[in-house]
Amino acid sequence: MEPTISFFSGFQLSDLWYLAEAAWRTLLISACAIAIGTTLGAVFGWMLYEGKLAATLTLNPILDVFRSVPLIIQLVLFYNFAPIIGLNLDPFMSGVVILSIYCASLVANVARGGMEAVGKPMRRAARSLGMSYWQDLRHVVLPIGGRAVFPSWVGVALGVMKDSALVSVLGYIELLKASQILVTRTQEPLLILTIAGAFYFALSYPISRYAAALEQRWST
Amino acid sequence: MIEIRGLEKFFGNLQVLKGVDLDVRKGEVLSIIGASGSGKSTLLYCINGLEPIQKGSIKVDGTDVHAKSTNINHLRQKMGMVFQQWNSFPHLTALENVALAPKIVKGMSKAQARDIAAKQLEHVGLGDKLDAYPSALSGGQQQRLAIARALAMEPTYMLFDEATSALDPELVGEVLDAMRLLAQEGMTMICVTHEMGFARDVSDRVAFVHEGIIEEIDTPTEIFGAPKSDLLKKFLSNIR
Ligand SMILES: Nc1ncnc2c1ncn2[C@@H]1O[C@H](COP(=O)(O)OP(=O)(O)O)[C@@H](O)[C@H]1O
Ligand SMILES: [Mg+2]
Repeated sequence: MEPTISFFSGFQLSDLWYLAEAAWRTLLISACAIAIGTTLGAVFGWMLYEGKLAATLTLNPILDVFRSVPLIIQLVLFYNFAPIIGLNLDPFMSGVVILSIYCASLVANVARGGMEAVGKPMRRAARSLGMSYWQDLRHVVLPIGGRAVFPSWVGVALGVMKDSALVSVLGYIELLKASQILVTRTQEPLLILTIAGAFYFALSYPISRYAAALEQRWST
Repeated sequence: MIEIRGLEKFFGNLQVLKGVDLDVRKGEVLSIIGASGSGKSTLLYCINGLEPIQKGSIKVDGTDVHAKSTNINHLRQKMGMVFQQWNSFPHLTALENVALAPKIVKGMSKAQARDIAAKQLEHVGLGDKLDAYPSALSGGQQQRLAIARALAMEPTYMLFDEATSALDPELVGEVLDAMRLLAQEGMTMICVTHEMGFARDVSDRVAFVHEGIIEEIDTPTEIFGAPKSDLLKKFLSNIR
């Protein structure tokens, strides 16, 4: 996948394509991590909300570890130690695993906040209509709480996308790694990094615009 | 019929209901009055199974509300409940608010649920607000929406917990009118209320609750015209 670099040469149009491919891989690994992390995080958030004491004592400290240890350390440790327990994961899969857990640990708090945003009276009203616990959760708590914390969730998701740059330390050629390779070859860091930055912007801008539009629609 | 026997309810060490016995016949309108904190809301929550009880029993049409073997979600369909706070689902239109439970709880088709929802909204005078979101409705309209939402499950009993207490004074009338209409149609109702006019005009019986006990229960004529207990006399003189 890595181009053979035999000599320094200037920036070419084909490099733009190379960066675009890398941006696609950034998007891919981010989307996987955000999807898995959000699902897991919602379950963790629910456990924190419902389990109260037990979950606070066990789950919360574990999530705290993933929230506070720098991602780059988690990535390197996981990538190097996973084979010992028989997990031979490539850089992409290792990145997905760690980014997902990291995302989940952040989403857990967001999800718990969302559940807390739906008051007890609202939930009693739902239950009084004959809804089961799960129907209340699905049809009342999820839409109401979800909308309340949606902006925070978008923040987490965009953060994870940017943090996916760290998977480059495992050799996964996403946007940042690709830029570094090009910088080494072309010796034009300003140009390359500006283009890479523009790609990151192009990935996150539509998401935040779309999110803002959704919020706008919900608020009316 | 609702049969309550020796009901006791604690919150931790605080005993809120101290042995309540009460029968409510089909078709009856019972108003519950009493000072704030006397346990009126808690009594309604216990009847609807929203709060566990510690002693005694509550039976609704012969089914023990708090028995482990009881399918409470099923039993609750018999009891509509309207709260002080109207709790409209903010993400749904008026029509969707009312249609939700018939659809997911009773398994009605979308069209069926919408029909019944439209009918109930019409009934409480919100026929022109079907597509309005709760944020565009007044408190009185939202409370009538809550009534329609409960009625859409076609309950046998309706429980009202101070349905007008959170409303601006000028909006109280429209909600009381909706409740009156319901009473005239023969709905069995238990209404916790501070509206003494409503209690007097609409109820078959009025129960006065004091510190977790039904202190006195009788016809409105007796309760308001010839109260026996001193506590009730004092309560009535305080609100007049
Ligand atoms: N969830 C609860 N936890 C603890 N105490 C409660 C709870 N709900 C109500 N209480 C207490 O129970 C008593 C009766 O409350 P409530 O039934 O709401 O009275 P009312 O409706 O007559 O004003 C009050 O002293 C109140 O503080
Ligand atoms: Mg009350």
